[in-house]
Amino acid sequence: MPLATRLLDAAALSHALDRMAAEVVARSEGGQGLVLVGIQRRGVELAERLAGLITATQGHPPTLGKLDITLYRDDLQAIGPRPVVGETSLPPDLDGTIVVIVDDVLYTGRTIRAALDELADFGRPRRILLCVLVDRGGRELPIQADIVGTVVPTEPGDHVNVRVSELDGEDAVDLLRPGAA
Amino acid sequence: MTAAPSLGKDLITLEELSADQIRLILDTAEPFKEVSERPIKKTPALRGKTIVNLFFEDSTRTRISFEFAEKRLSADTVSISSSGSSVSKGETLVDTARNLEAMRIDMVVIRHPNSGAARFLADRIRSNVVNAGDGKHEHPTQGLLDILTLRDHFGRIEGLKLCIVGDVLHSRVARSNIWGLRKLGAEVAVCGPKTLLPRGIEELGVTVFPRIEDAIQWADALNVLRLQLERMQSGFIPSLREYNRVFGVSRERLARAPGEIMVLHPGPMNRGVEIDSDVADGPHSLILKQVTNGVAVRMAVLYLLAGGAPDWRVPAGDER
Repeated sequence: MPLATRLLDAAALSHALDRMAAEVVARSEGGQGLVLVGIQRRGVELAERLAGLITATQGHPPTLGKLDITLYRDDLQAIGPRPVVGETSLPPDLDGTIVVIVDDVLYTGRTIRAALDELADFGRPRRILLCVLVDRGGRELPIQADIVGTVVPTEPGDHVNVRVSELDGEDAVDLLRPGAA
Repeated sequence: MTAAPSLGKDLITLEELSADQIRLILDTAEPFKEVSERPIKKTPALRGKTIVNLFFEDSTRTRISFEFAEKRLSADTVSISSSGSSVSKGETLVDTARNLEAMRIDMVVIRHPNSGAARFLADRIRSNVVNAGDGKHEHPTQGLLDILTLRDHFGRIEGLKLCIVGDVLHSRVARSNIWGLRKLGAEVAVCGPKTLLPRGIEELGVTVFPRIEDAIQWADALNVLRLQLERMQSGFIPSLREYNRVFGVSRERLARAPGEIMVLHPGPMNRGVEIDSDVADGPHSLILKQVTNGVAVRMAVLYLLAGGAPDWRVPAGDER
């Protein structure tokens, strides 16, 4: 049985999102031309939550998008059966916008590398920021987040399990560590 | 990331696919539709893969659709037609394919006038093989794009009633439609002159309507097949005018349908023969949606098959 440690409960997750939303506004010149792009899967829900919080404080909603990076994965040639491709929907023109990539967990950085490549095929944003709920370390590429909910040092075998009520029935972040054999 | 069930090495027929495999292709095609709407219509999923389109029979729509699908996945492609290649010098199919394989290709898309040619090839080379139409046998990607177009419009396939109209006897599109739609729980019928319906077609689980009026009363959608004009010379039908009068899909006929009825056509159309222009261009038509969906379906097939791509680093056990 893996050992589970709760990193964020529902209240802590909500608090973290409040702070992240305020930082997004502060770092995006008041939210004009702001596009929140959630990475499939749970980044999409987190982006929607942040958009709701930003709308409440700023009075106008940021544009929302979702991005599936499967076709841009750097290990697509190596893995056997093809992974399921999710929906991508972005505003038709990203030129001059401020894009905030929203994801649940930042680990190796490879997902974000793929997301940056894919976004470049949609246009040329004025700036791209990275916003993640959990930074678990372990980077394999020179990529860092601009806005972070919480930082957790982890081991390679660990799993950070982000649960959102829209998909999983509750808001929580757990660290799962394989038990001693 | 969830792993999808595999499609295997080749796509030769819908007959040999399971309902789950067909659904996998249709569901995978959904996100690929969006790729063709992007400002830069390209994703790197098949970067570095080499695909040969081997067309031993004339084709415009299917060949171009495959080429777009390949290019939008970043594959490198070569298209070969039988005229202007060593095929016209008498080279056999297997020799052509083996020579291509010796240049380390990854996939072959083949259109061939002989039924069974795609399977024959797939069993003899290591590359993935996609059947783009083999004789009177099957045209699986056409069947898939027809099913996707129907699913888009009606929101379901199960319980849907589709009637295939026209030259079913010579039609690989008809066979792929029948297999694919029946596996997903649709009801399939055929309608056409007796000379153009295969004997024993009922054994495939389809209803036969001798009269187009009855088919229109029954169906949610018609898939109108191209009347191959050379059939008239071979005595299958008395004249094109006669065919149009008895089986032509016209606006007046469709107006008598009890509910909504939609029309598909695999192209190329003979306007005024099997389908009238005001149907082809009118509100019943799903024909151009089929063409759009064709690219997405073919992207899905190529993407899924690439998961079972040959590994050239491993020497083959036998070069057959």
